[in-house]
Amino acid sequence: MLYQDALRLLPELFLAGSIIVLLMYGVFSGDSKTRSVVILSFATIVAAAVLVWRMPGGEGVAFAEQFQSDTFTRYAKILVLIGAGSCMIMSMRYIERANMARFEFPILFLFATLGMMMMISANDLMSLYMGLELQSLALYVVAAFRRDTLRSTEAGLKYFVLGALSSGMLLYGISLVYGFVGTTGFDQLNQVIAGLRGEGQPLPVGLVIGLVFVAAGLAFKVSAVPFHMWTPDVYEGAPTIVTAFFATAPKIAALALFVRVMSEPFAALTDQWQQILVFVALASMILGAFAALSQSNIKRLMAYSSIGHVGYALVGLAAGTQTGVEAVLVYMAIYLIMNIGTFACILCMRREGRMVEAISDLAGLSKSQPMMALALCIFMFSMAGIPPLLGFWGKWYVFAAALDAGLTWLVIIGVLASVVGAFYYIRIIKIMYFDEAAEPFDKDTGAETGFVIGLSAIAVVGLFVFLAPLENAAKLAASAVFGG
Amino acid sequence: MQDLNGLLLGYLPIVIFLGIALGFATVMIVAAYLLAPQRPDSEKISAYECGFEAFDDARSRFDVRFYLVAILFIIFDLEVAFLFPWAVALGKIGMLGFWSMMLFLGLLTIGFVYEWKKGALDWE
Repeated sequence: MLYQDALRLLPELFLAGSIIVLLMYGVFSGDSKTRSVVILSFATIVAAAVLVWRMPGGEGVAFAEQFQSDTFTRYAKILVLIGAGSCMIMSMRYIERANMARFEFPILFLFATLGMMMMISANDLMSLYMGLELQSLALYVVAAFRRDTLRSTEAGLKYFVLGALSSGMLLYGISLVYGFVGTTGFDQLNQVIAGLRGEGQPLPVGLVIGLVFVAAGLAFKVSAVPFHMWTPDVYEGAPTIVTAFFATAPKIAALALFVRVMSEPFAALTDQWQQILVFVALASMILGAFAALSQSNIKRLMAYSSIGHVGYALVGLAAGTQTGVEAVLVYMAIYLIMNIGTFACILCMRREGRMVEAISDLAGLSKSQPMMALALCIFMFSMAGIPPLLGFWGKWYVFAAALDAGLTWLVIIGVLASVVGAFYYIRIIKIMYFDEAAEPFDKDTGAETGFVIGLSAIAVVGLFVFLAPLENAAKLAASAVFGG
Repeated sequence: MQDLNGLLLGYLPIVIFLGIALGFATVMIVAAYLLAPQRPDSEKISAYECGFEAFDDARSRFDVRFYLVAILFIIFDLEVAFLFPWAVALGKIGMLGFWSMMLFLGLLTIGFVYEWKKGALDWE
């Protein structure tokens, strides 16, 4: 029994064990061995991804139904591990150059990754919260990792205070749900609420309030409007590699969690949360499009861009159907690839050893580094949603799902917002190709970052040929949430 | 729905207790304000430090190491708080309970080794 449970949670257990071993290795050999800790951490992530893929324990619940493992968790965990692995390998040289080469850095990344895997696998509101906090606590620290700079400290503190606030809201919601339903397990919640609705009784008001608080707490974590205000400041202030991490892995994990919580334990309340989700998606798309227009810092711009993308992803969830969830999953994968590529390019923006972050610094990139300019151009076109690049297909899936669910006007506004958004993506391309050349960037970025850029660019251009397998994987994952 | 009312009814004593506590505290503060004679002078309202004249503002900065020691203390304090109920219930929770605590202690030891090697326990 215990053995079977442990087998289902093997990727997490393996990751936890490796973290402890690496921590001891790091603390006994000192900061001079940071590079080997990073490489070993990367190997750990790869091994964990293989374990997730193989699913040695099969599908099912584990540890008194606190955790579960199925095709949905596998899909989301693979995405998270891809994001974490890419950031890990790109951090190797970055932390050395930025004077933050301490061995705790990769270990904190691993802890955050472990937390994300636990929250994806959660099958109970309690284990959900534990995973979320494990992830958040590690992320607060990495955001403030350059504690000698004002902006990094500010980012860390801001993230911590607002993260604590959102955790509080989530916990308050959970306590209300527990008080009015009497359980925190996903499966029991689903049954009890479905039972209440089946008998045609009026819903307890406290349960609905609890649901709203849980949704608000989760919206904080995915940085959806109106709970987005921490995102631009934290993205701008945190070291760039940490921003890259924030924009990829935790966002995927939080979105997966959002999908799971809304469509599994609260499935019977779909009519209640749908209106919240419609509003949140709508507001995120509009704000993401308009607020980004006036940004001059590329990291801030990416923050607003990610708010917008979360809005598009939530359109799929707002549909409240299995096709909708499937679309969110496809969107998450596509969002991940585009963002890793873009942030890999931003990591290359260095002059004379110092990071530059203004969009105008990209001027004339097409002449000094044509390959990188081409890659960034591809990512920007893709984010703007130009066919046949991947970003277009992501939007296609979510909008199609929302149309099926009858949310026509939401789709219309979404398309309009993406037209506005296209302006600032394409402005970057214009600056790179047509503006007077600024000084070139340093070229010693290292092979890993170039490799990540190349791979994601190829994926963004070429993957639409292989959309069918991705769609099938997402279909399989979504069917796990909706009980086959 | 019936269960739910029963559940909420179980919390009734707490609500009554809260009400009494709140009312009692309010009455005492308000009564002291209304009934007691109030004739403040400089000796009465100045800060009081045991034994000698107050010579500094209490809100001064002090060394961050105090916080560090306090945080490290809390971790091991909590460890003991967990150990007591565990020790009392050890007969009932079996091998799983025993090894769960051993795992927990092992993780804490790892953390302890880490902070020791990092020099968090050295004052200078």
